Amino acid sequence: MVHAQHTTLTQRTTTYNYDDLARLIQIMTGDERHSEAANSTLDVIWTLYDRILNVNPSTADSPRRDLFYLSKGHGPMSFYAVLAAKGFLSTDDLSTFGGRDSILGHHPDRMLVPGVDISSGSLGHGLALSVGAALAMSIDGYDGDIYCLIGDGELDEGSNSEAIALAGRFGLSRLTVIVIDNNSSLHGWPGGITSRFEVEGWSATVVDGRDLDDIERGFRERTTGTPNVLVAQVGNRYV
Amino acid sequence: MFDSMRFRFTDVTGELLASDTRTVAVLAVIGRSMFADRGLIQRFPDRIIDVGIREQAQIGVAGGLALQGFKPIVSGYAPFLVERPYEQIKLDLTHQGVNAILVSVGASWDSSGSGRTHQAPEDVALMATLPGWSIHVPGHPDELELLLRHEHAHGASAYIRTSIDQNRESYTAEPGSIIALRTGSEGSPTILVVGPLVDATLDATSGLDVSVLYASTVVPLDAPALRNFVRGTDVILIEPFLAGTSSGRVADALNDRPIRLFSHGVTEPELRIYGTPRDHREIHGLDAQGIRSFVTRVIQAPLSAA
Repeated sequence: MVHAQHTTLTQRTTTYNYDDLARLIQIMTGDERHSEAANSTLDVIWTLYDRILNVNPSTADSPRRDLFYLSKGHGPMSFYAVLAAKGFLSTDDLSTFGGRDSILGHHPDRMLVPGVDISSGSLGHGLALSVGAALAMSIDGYDGDIYCLIGDGELDEGSNSEAIALAGRFGLSRLTVIVIDNNSSLHGWPGGITSRFEVEGWSATVVDGRDLDDIERGFRERTTGTPNVLVAQVGNRYV
Repeated sequence: MFDSMRFRFTDVTGELLASDTRTVAVLAVIGRSMFADRGLIQRFPDRIIDVGIREQAQIGVAGGLALQGFKPIVSGYAPFLVERPYEQIKLDLTHQGVNAILVSVGASWDSSGSGRTHQAPEDVALMATLPGWSIHVPGHPDELELLLRHEHAHGASAYIRTSIDQNRESYTAEPGSIIALRTGSEGSPTILVVGPLVDATLDATSGLDVSVLYASTVVPLDAPALRNFVRGTDVILIEPFLAGTSSGRVADALNDRPIRLFSHGVTEPELRIYGTPRDHREIHGLDAQGIRSFVTRVIQAPLSAA
């Protein structure tokens, strides 16, 4: 795995739980917070890091761990808050959010932020990158998993269609995509997200994106032999 | 048998796949048949990855492979390898801090009968805007092999532009170097010719008092050699793509002296003419006759015309 050049992991001195995340998010201030986007992803990202992903600060640089690609990189405050809660970042880092010398920009940079696997923020890139990483895992015979989080509006980007078809044909069972569905696609297909993936050979599950246990159930019940998509419905409140 | 850069690329890539298990070839259909004809797809089924006609995904997939420590060699038609997925090159490779070798076919007019859709005289200019990329324009299959092996060993990001046009012989012995093919008198004009236009340029300048320099690498430009070889104030840059693509780098390299820089290349990308590659060389003034005409005008141009 190719890693950031300046990774420095924070020693954890405090234990955080889900209830602390709102406070951690509030540490980050500024005019470009994309609060709604951040809120929409919070529960899924927390569930991943708290219950699913095989990664922690001590294994962040290990080639043998699970990967998380945040394709929906705008509005990363939830991501940063979870990384801080899990010890990848310090709360001092959070207070610098968006500042000139901060490692935490409004779009994450993998070369700056410990534990961030891809730089993102421009929509429609993460899924193809995750297909490549899943292929790499397959070539290497590594049985880790890769998770890629995108938005339902992001699915408008044509680049996703290429990657969805490709992953289906390749049968990339290590790949799980989470679509945060807040009905933000301008010309979307209400209720049709699962169909877009299924027609290309994916297995699809719909979960309540605000219910940690239901999100975990969706991850645990993935189908083997195909790529999986979890459509996490979060309602219309979150853009 | 006729040797082309495209044949050589396929053969050398097959050798690199055999010698280095971290090398992967990422295709988007283009070139697949050549890999198949050589038995390479059957030999490396997991490391020759054909994504189909999905050029954005092609670069993204290469980026994901590179993030996991592989060395992707990505090939395709220049318009679809560089222009269509330009943002993917910028973000999925460069911004991720990972490397790949991109090797294009088609160049500026190879597929002249296909019209504008398959012509990319802008490719080198586009790639030159991205930091960290070397850009090579080989003029001969031997140079293609030299540069491809060099970049593979080096492990950095490189764009290699192949073409069906090629010179009679290989000139580049050291990757990245500018060499002198002909030396004029002190004060005479200097021509810097790029890639497969050497033969036409040497023919065009026969009997003229000029120096002729050759570069198969335009980024980074071999500035010390250029400074050393230039003997007068008039410098003529001849490139097989958008005119002036390398002008800034040439000017920067020679900013220790007063010069007049003249750039010759493709000035009318929207020709709306089909025909043959030969037709296009002629129309763009990049055959021997056109180059001689351009050089002669420069030599005869008074200082005020500069």
